Amino acid sequence: MAAFLLQYLPIVIMLAIAGVIALALMGAAWLFAPSRPDPEKISAYECGFNAFDDARMKFDVRFYLVSILFIIFDLEVAFLFPWAVSLMHLPHPAQVFAFWSMMGFLGVLTVGFIYEWKKGALEWE
Amino acid sequence: MTDFLSAMAAFWATPVGWTVLTLVHVLVISVILLICIAFILLADRKIWASAQLRKGPNVVGPFGMLQTFADLMKFVFKEIIVPAGADKFVFILAPLLSTVLAMGGWAVIPFAPGWVISNINVGILYLFAVSSLGVYGIIMGGWASNSKYPFLGGLRSAAQMVSYEVSIGFVIITVILLSGSMNLATIIEKQAGGFWNWNVFGGSEGGWWHLIATVVMFPMMVVFFISALAETNRPPFDLPEAESELVAGYQVEYSSTPFLLFFLAEYVNIVLMCAMISILFFGGWQAPWPTPYLQHWWPFWVSAHGFVMMGVKILFWFFMFAMVKAIVPRYRYDQLMRLGWKIFLPTSLVAVAAIAAWRVFGPVNGVYG
Repeated sequence: MAAFLLQYLPIVIMLAIAGVIALALMGAAWLFAPSRPDPEKISAYECGFNAFDDARMKFDVRFYLVSILFIIFDLEVAFLFPWAVSLMHLPHPAQVFAFWSMMGFLGVLTVGFIYEWKKGALEWE
Repeated sequence: MTDFLSAMAAFWATPVGWTVLTLVHVLVISVILLICIAFILLADRKIWASAQLRKGPNVVGPFGMLQTFADLMKFVFKEIIVPAGADKFVFILAPLLSTVLAMGGWAVIPFAPGWVISNINVGILYLFAVSSLGVYGIIMGGWASNSKYPFLGGLRSAAQMVSYEVSIGFVIITVILLSGSMNLATIIEKQAGGFWNWNVFGGSEGGWWHLIATVVMFPMMVVFFISALAETNRPPFDLPEAESELVAGYQVEYSSTPFLLFFLAEYVNIVLMCAMISILFFGGWQAPWPTPYLQHWWPFWVSAHGFVMMGVKILFWFFMFAMVKAIVPRYRYDQLMRLGWKIFLPTSLVAVAAIAAWRVFGPVNGVYG
């Protein structure tokens, strides 16, 4: 178990070093660069106008729809990963069973996908 | 002297010594990677310039070779501007997160036989996860700026990356079906013996029959490449940064090194995608010809051979990225979503079923017993 987790330590170290490099770059600018903010400079960019209205405004519901669809299909992919790895390591009769059970699962999701398509969830105009 | 050497060897075996060794190893690889990225960035600008019959950067250093380093110095001496309405913590965190995640993906990429920071058995799943997380940096940057263009850019970018993530997932499944493993080194080793054994030509199993799978795997390679363009916000899918509509998208309010970090993360991600496409479809460090001669070579030269092969493939794919940027006009947003959801998703879904059926019922079966 410890040896298994130890494999992941270099990844943590890699992330930490990337963080240190990124922080060092940011710190360098903070140290060496001038910092003279004035009200005009730190106002939100709006093509020369004064910013009107809150920037965190209403946005299209389709973005929510896309993220919901993404969750469904990404979960589907997550289910496929272990299946794809183990499929070819099974004896042949079990392989056929594994293949058809996954096709059943994909089939159900495809029905849902066709429904979304017909309902117009994928339309952007 | 021998006492000293054995004492050193004993020290490297202790947990502390091992950690120090890994730390140095990772640091060296990160620095080499960043220097390579600096030159790749210059290559991008040069290729782009050549396509437009310009010279590109040619002032700093011979042939403009030091341009990127000059740019780095310039970024460091520029003022960091944090907008008054911004969420300051998230605003600063977003570029850091982008860079850390982009660099983190390189931890599992094998450069040559045995040359990998962490040879985990779920390498490709880790890559998939880390590249999915990349969207957080962008959406955090867009949201925290509290300005309209970054907000819209962040939204667009999130929807776009998320859409193409799905087809990348399905394409990866087809490769796993051919390789039977998620370990990147195993995936590469299975593609040994010549270019006809690469996954883009159906993998190495099943004699010459495997070439039939090219019909599915070649289109899957193309889907992966185009999705990689969309995933890294590269032209023709640079809608989040479409300067004619959104100025610079989620980066509008960023200046100085925070902007540099976003830029760096983007290029590290692009080269990571080039490495992924080389590993998954084009045999990674394997030469395009049979390499029985390698068993007589010294380990050093075997590694060098691997580095050269991998490097050439990565550079080739980066050249493709740069040429696409130079040649192809930008997509419209509805076309982009249509391509992702209505063409790539169904195609790759069918491809997964086809490759699975081919592996289970085709002449390839039986190799694992």
